[in-house]
Amino acid sequence: MKLKVVIGLGLLLVIAVISCRDDKSIEFARYYSSGSMIYQTHCQNCHGAHGEGLNGLIPPLTDSIFIKENLHQLPCLVKNGLKGELKVSNKIFEGQMPAVDLAPIEIAQAVTYVANSFGNKLGTVNVDRVNTDLFKCQ
Amino acid sequence: MKKIFSIALVLAAFASCKSNNGGNTLPVYGKRTPVTKTVNGQTATDTIYQTIPAFKFVNQYGDSISEKNLSGKIYVADFFFTSCPSICPVMQRNMLNVYNTFKADPDIKILSFTIDPKYDSVKVLKKYADKLGISGDTWWFLQGKKDTTYKLAEKNYLVAVSEDKTTPGGYVHQGYFVLVDKEKRVRGAYDGTQPEQVNQLIADIKTLKAEPTPAAGQ
Ligand code: HEC
Repeated sequence: MKLKVVIGLGLLLVIAVISCRDDKSIEFARYYSSGSMIYQTHCQNCHGAHGEGLNGLIPPLTDSIFIKENLHQLPCLVKNGLKGELKVSNKIFEGQMPAVDLAPIEIAQAVTYVANSFGNKLGTVNVDRVNTDLFKCQ
Repeated sequence: MKKIFSIALVLAAFASCKSNNGGNTLPVYGKRTPVTKTVNGQTATDTIYQTIPAFKFVNQYGDSISEKNLSGKIYVADFFFTSCPSICPVMQRNMLNVYNTFKADPDIKILSFTIDPKYDSVKVLKKYADKLGISGDTWWFLQGKKDTTYKLAEKNYLVAVSEDKTTPGGYVHQGYFVLVDKEKRVRGAYDGTQPEQVNQLIADIKTLKAEPTPAAGQ
């Protein structure tokens, strides 16, 4: 009797974990594929199809340490643009990125795409997190 | 819009010429003037093709560049400005391909004319070239009077360059790469934002290089 309950509970837990993970991976897939489209239309001309950037003019998105450390700044960066010195991949950039006019959900999708492409692997950056990050923009 | 359409029409017309030529010859763009000559009592009609007129610009090193620096050269011309946020990075990425293919060839040049000479001073152009990884004398970034640049673009390179203050960056332009032969005639126009078209341009430069040089005086 006791054993059955334990097995039953265990099974329930397994199902819960699986379905939970499924929800997560579905959410990720949605964000990532929409993000890929947004990247192509709004970012790719500058940062390149493979996130390679453009020599000393536009920084690459392949510096996974930079992306990881600045993940919470990326939504603001997209929303407001960026200007001034920046060290990416051991190179100094001093270009100017224009503000990209996107809704928070689109920013979340684009950031999820960047954060999981070009050698980055940071999981979903969902819209709630983006809204929190945007709230803190300077 | 009308301008773009008419340019497209002109391009289409020339594109259709191209197939008539057959083989590996490239079409000649621009106006042509028939010239009738009488030689030994026989009347013959010759065609004079439109050529790029004399010009004088300054490159990223501060050197004065005129048509004389291009005599006997095949070159690619385009129009850009360093602060352009839209299609320029794509154009430069593609032009880098052309540059890397021909940078060791003294007969091939690339001329990028700025359409924002007020901002794009020699100093700005030099810094831009450095950041893009350009050295030597294959690729020149040229600054001149705005009117002159626009006139040269519209009348001679068949490139639609026009000012439009409503677009971010202030300018709209078409991003054409224009191929000019050793006799200053326009031989091709390619969408500089499309990698496949730029590959065609690279192939066409090789075709032009293989063209026999015309006899003097022709
Ligand atoms: C007009 C060209 C342009 C566009 C379009 C553009 N960027 Fe940028 N981006 C830049 C430049 C230039 C910098 C460096 C700015 C500086 O030096 O301060 C930059 C910096 C960045 C950085 C931080 C540095 C790095 O390389 O990791 C990220 C992340 C980034 N951009 C992401 C994006 C995303 C996502 C989009 C699309 C929503 C986008 N950019 C659109 C030009 C652009």
